[in-house]
Amino acid sequence: MDDHHGHHDMGGEPGGGPIDQTGHDYALWEKRVDALLMLLSNPSRALVRVDELRRGIESIGPSAYEELTYYERWITSISNVLIERGVYTSDELGRKMAEIETREESAR
Amino acid sequence: MSDSHGGHDHAPPPGHDGPLTYYQLKEIAVRELLIEKSVFTADDVRREVEKMDQRTPAKGAAVVARAWTDPAYKERLLENGTAACEEMGLDMGQTYYLVAVENTESVHNAIVCTLCSCYPRTLIGLPPDWYKSRAYRTRIVREPRAVLAEFGLELPESTVIRVHDSTADMRYMVLPRRPDGTGDMSEEELAALVTRDCMIGVAVPTAETVAS
Repeated sequence: MDDHHGHHDMGGEPGGGPIDQTGHDYALWEKRVDALLMLLSNPSRALVRVDELRRGIESIGPSAYEELTYYERWITSISNVLIERGVYTSDELGRKMAEIETREESAR
Repeated sequence: MSDSHGGHDHAPPPGHDGPLTYYQLKEIAVRELLIEKSVFTADDVRREVEKMDQRTPAKGAAVVARAWTDPAYKERLLENGTAACEEMGLDMGQTYYLVAVENTESVHNAIVCTLCSCYPRTLIGLPPDWYKSRAYRTRIVREPRAVLAEFGLELPESTVIRVHDSTADMRYMVLPRRPDGTGDMSEEELAALVTRDCMIGVAVPTAETVAS
């Protein structure tokens, strides 16, 4: 690959292989990630613009880009932009995730 | 596949019975933090998901059927896709410009977003997984005829194939050709012939198509 374009810029790259036409129905958590972006990108909030989402997705690195599913890339990018913007800190996020994990484990 | 990542397996994530993945946890945490900080409410999120569920290919199919039956509308659609869709009562948001590309006897169109997944979601809903796949994004611009054949669409060599690469700000929909033998059909019956794949351009409607 030429180094003037990023990993995401894959149009015309060789080795694509056959197209897997089986899809999956989007899970609720995936729809919620999409909903978060719709709400955050709304001009009334403008906290994560579509171009910022894309910049975040395009900067996660080639191996993570391939490894993560579509909405896994989105939530990674959305959260990174929100931290950059100071909406919350990475400490707050870490505490919140730990709290939810404990809560969900005890609920199962 | 690593323990906390979705890995290469694009199967649906586990439901509420299994442990949450790292990214599912992150989604819940981000959502709850934003609700606590009054950026939006839980109800806003619920309504946004509902709106998404209401965006189906039937919206785009209605636009196509109108264009097939009303030549003046078709002209407006090709001139300004966004305005023509709004005219049909569709909420196009403020986010992108829609361009309708018309299939003719000699030209067939297909759409892609080589960079990511841009798609006319207000007209067709969320894109299928394959639209976002490396295989489709890399190949449709290099060997469209072979890719279309994989989808079961064999086009004569004489047909020109145009592939339109979308951006976040400018997205395409294919206006398919009205199938022969549909002269007596109502607009509603015509709309039922138009599937999602016809508007992406990996299929063409036929008089027998059953809308999925």
